[in-house]
Amino acid sequence: MIRARRRGRWVQNLGFGLLASAAGLTVLPILLVVVLIFVRGAPALSASFLATFPSEGMRAGGILPAIVGTFWLTLGTALASVPLGVGAAVYLAEYAPDNPRTRLIRVAIISLAGVPSVVYGLFGLGLFVLFLGLGTSILAGSLTLAIMTLPVIISTSEEALRSVPGSFRTVSISLGGTHWQTVRRIVLPQALPGILTGIILGLERAAGETAPILFTAAAFFLPRLPGSPFDATMALPYHLFVISTQIPGMPIQIQYGTAAVLLLFVLAMNTTATVIRSRARSRRQW
Amino acid sequence: MRASLGEILITRFIRIAGYSAVAFIGMIFVFLILEGAPTLGQVPVSTLVGERWYPIEGQFGMLPLLFGSFLVTVGAALVAVPLGVGTAIFISEVAPRWARELLKPLIELLAGFPSVMLGFLGIVILAPQLYSILGLATGLTAFTGALLLGWIALPTVVSVGEDALDAVPRTYREAAMALGATSWQTIWRVTLPAARSGVLTGVLLGMGRALGETMAVMMVTGNAPTLPTGLEAIFRPIRTMTATIAAEMGEVAQGSVHYHTLFFIGIVLFLTSLIVNLAAASVVFRQRTRGERMLS
Repeated sequence: MIRARRRGRWVQNLGFGLLASAAGLTVLPILLVVVLIFVRGAPALSASFLATFPSEGMRAGGILPAIVGTFWLTLGTALASVPLGVGAAVYLAEYAPDNPRTRLIRVAIISLAGVPSVVYGLFGLGLFVLFLGLGTSILAGSLTLAIMTLPVIISTSEEALRSVPGSFRTVSISLGGTHWQTVRRIVLPQALPGILTGIILGLERAAGETAPILFTAAAFFLPRLPGSPFDATMALPYHLFVISTQIPGMPIQIQYGTAAVLLLFVLAMNTTATVIRSRARSRRQW
Repeated sequence: MRASLGEILITRFIRIAGYSAVAFIGMIFVFLILEGAPTLGQVPVSTLVGERWYPIEGQFGMLPLLFGSFLVTVGAALVAVPLGVGTAIFISEVAPRWARELLKPLIELLAGFPSVMLGFLGIVILAPQLYSILGLATGLTAFTGALLLGWIALPTVVSVGEDALDAVPRTYREAAMALGATSWQTIWRVTLPAARSGVLTGVLLGMGRALGETMAVMMVTGNAPTLPTGLEAIFRPIRTMTATIAAEMGEVAQGSVHYHTLFFIGIVLFLTSLIVNLAAASVVFRQRTRGERMLS
């Protein structure tokens, strides 16, 4: 009996050790990637790197047009996907009856979430660039990215809305509020931090994507900044792809520098989302 | 109280937004079919399932691309399943609170890493290492792609698996412990079996993620649409369906056979990931909102 127990303990320690090393193998490379990119990218980072155009066939100069392009693409994505995504989430959480048509919406969201990013690129090319005649443009790229981001925003927002207790709604209705007033004044404010977190995580992914903008928005090199939503644009992730695969004799320092700027974008958004979430958790009224 | 005009309009907008997802998935399907189906009239089916992908000569054999996607996806699963399920169990059942608070944001960060950035590191770090350690002809192989993809698929496997483990009622564990089981026996014989459908969902979704991944896999697998044979195929350069579309669509003339064929590959990819995702979702459809959050 005692021997069996001792053996059990031994097996348990071994098992826990294996589980811990699986977690370590998963997580250590993440830290390694962050440290490596910043350490090797730091020498390239300077005000002029961020504020000038590439020169000498990308082998010198900065990445300004790529940064500006990613900013516009992300903003465009937000403008299209946030109202639609939050609206859809409100519909699913607050209005939709539980019937086959609502289940169809859910199946559609699940399916959208699984579509490969390059297939979104094909779709954007077919619909926005060619069929609607928007051409390779910030607008076409933003709309493509927006549809890709939609399922992320819908499901996180719906979850945030559903976590607001039903009693909040009951009180509002009993005080004479209409359905929409209840949603607008009571439920949405309570769910806001969760919705914001979802929006930021969705946009973070859109900002880092390359495949959907490959044929819808991205330009290899442009000598000036985009002047309207109908212009093509450079973008950070696509620029990193170009300088790490398409240009022979590319200085590694610029590659790491570009990766570092991209990672800064991602880390900033990720941190914002985490901060919003933890602050909301500590202030929650229920 | 009378609903105002504003309220009627906003309610209508919300309803339309709700159904927009259905419209979009339908439009994606329609546009893929419109642009991809003409291939079937232009290229004989026997060519499409052939072994040679050489568009310049009109050779549109998709077999090497299907094989490439299959190889890296299975390879990625071999990496992601043990690591991902192990990490999920560790976070949910074993780790002290501080470790959990540290691990979860890091894994969320990995989910947000742009795939080009990981592809870049694959080129400058991973491939040269594998090249010298394994003594290969090139570091850019299916194996490199599978390792990287496995790691990229990990956040999906971990977060879905962890949610499934968390959802197992505490009473199950208490009952096992009360019967004298160790923590390890409880995890292995009670908690994990109870959560297995959720864990399976995570694995399926992770594989879907790996199958659809484009940039990272394109950058590290060597871009060779060939059909290597034998066991060492995993150490040869290959090319996936996703990478083929990304690499070639920029250069084709709109409306050409090549153009339509790339859309046809898009249809194959779309349908495959649809099946994988719906299969995964059907396993957890009962825990509805939870399942959707995992999916995105």
